[in-house]
Amino acid sequence: MNYHWNWGIFLQQVQSGDETYLDWLISGLGWTVSVALAAWVIALVLGSLIGTLRTVPNRWLVLLATTHVELFRNVPLLVQLLLWFFVVPEFLPRDLSLWVKQDMPAKEFVTAVICLGLFTSARVAEQVRAGIQSLSRGQKMAGLAIGFTLPQTYRYVILPMAFRIIIPPLTSEFMNIIKNSSVAFAIGVLELTFQARQMQEDSEQGIETYLAVTLLYFIVAFAANRGMALIERRTRVPGYIGGAK
Amino acid sequence: MIKIDNISKWYGQFRVLTDCSTQITKGEVVVVCGPSGSGKSTLIKCVNGLEPFQQGDIIVNNISIGDPKTNLPQLRAHVGMVFQHFELFPHMTITQNLTIGQVKVLGRSNNEAHQRALQLLDRVGLNSQADKFPGQLSGGQQQRVAIARALAMDPICMLFDEPTSALDPEMINEVLDVMVGLANEGMTMMVVSHEMGFARKVADRVIFMDNGSIVEDAGTEEFFGTPRSERAQLFLSKILSH
Repeated sequence: MNYHWNWGIFLQQVQSGDETYLDWLISGLGWTVSVALAAWVIALVLGSLIGTLRTVPNRWLVLLATTHVELFRNVPLLVQLLLWFFVVPEFLPRDLSLWVKQDMPAKEFVTAVICLGLFTSARVAEQVRAGIQSLSRGQKMAGLAIGFTLPQTYRYVILPMAFRIIIPPLTSEFMNIIKNSSVAFAIGVLELTFQARQMQEDSEQGIETYLAVTLLYFIVAFAANRGMALIERRTRVPGYIGGAK
Repeated sequence: MIKIDNISKWYGQFRVLTDCSTQITKGEVVVVCGPSGSGKSTLIKCVNGLEPFQQGDIIVNNISIGDPKTNLPQLRAHVGMVFQHFELFPHMTITQNLTIGQVKVLGRSNNEAHQRALQLLDRVGLNSQADKFPGQLSGGQQQRVAIARALAMDPICMLFDEPTSALDPEMINEVLDVMVGLANEGMTMMVVSHEMGFARKVADRVIFMDNGSIVEDAGTEEFFGTPRSERAQLFLSKILSH
């Protein structure tokens, strides 16, 4: 391989400006984490709601929730992102459409967060539904039998156990949302992948760049994984399957 | 107290209950028995509206279960229910299992609910387990906690759905002892059970069900003496023969 290695490249200044390449990557990392966390909040809140609705005894609510899941699950993420960015604004009322296209602050960031949040909410919803349906029917009956309303039964009896059960797949989903945030570069969010491409072109040290970016993604995803593992340990139910004795 | 009036229930085309009628007066203990699949558990779950029914009505404490305007949660808060598989809330301590309904449904203060919980745990002999989780208790202990959880709501009557059939034989008596105590105190009880010894000892009446129908509804003496239906005789001869 005829390649001129230069691991010192990260501390060198960029072509035009007084930042270093490392500054670019760190700034990119900041946007990556911001997009992922903001989208995760949407995914978790909306996914929990939609997943719960898929289990209630009202077929219209179930249909509504199922539609949401299928809509966001059956279209590729990148295509969804481009739809949100280029197509959706055209179908808004005229004034709103103009505002979105011209004046909306942090347009790329907001679009990426909404898109990634909704996409992931469909996946979270399916996990929440699976968690709820893994509980025995008797648990719901026991909640209702002591006089809880159906919402109270979900709040105090069903969801606390369902969420504990789905922590492992939710962990994967949390890591996915961090990694999936890389598609945001396609609409110009200055996140890690965007910065990596910019650094590659600017420095012509593509191998070092992408190896470093790989490591950065790995570290963030791994940290998320460890964080979730901590939550899993903390919420473990003594005496329950998989719980501490 | 409980009036079951011509109840019928279908799962799709399949009829699980056929014109069931009976009454349980205040202070009465009624044991419901019958082969599996006869509809006993379904019938008892209809009494507090956990299972819907398509025909007839059930009146509990002068309130119609079938009436869509009935506030079922409010009614259920005062009808205790004990399940075959205990159904304690696994993520709560024993004490929390006993207090949550009192606090969230009856509106009692934490302190008051706690006092009542400890009092009932004492009654079922499980004081020392107050801070454990359900998964750390034996089946018999869990079922006694489940009874205490129902009692914590100060119920006007108690429904038991096969309370001992998921238990190891050696744990059955500790649960039955608690139930006998309740019966002796005058609690109105409907008990789906195969514990014929318990029925003999405390039941005022025994109902025998088969194929979704009430085949026999008789005083305890009469039932064990000379059940009228052939099906009930056969059932008794099978479960009492050893």
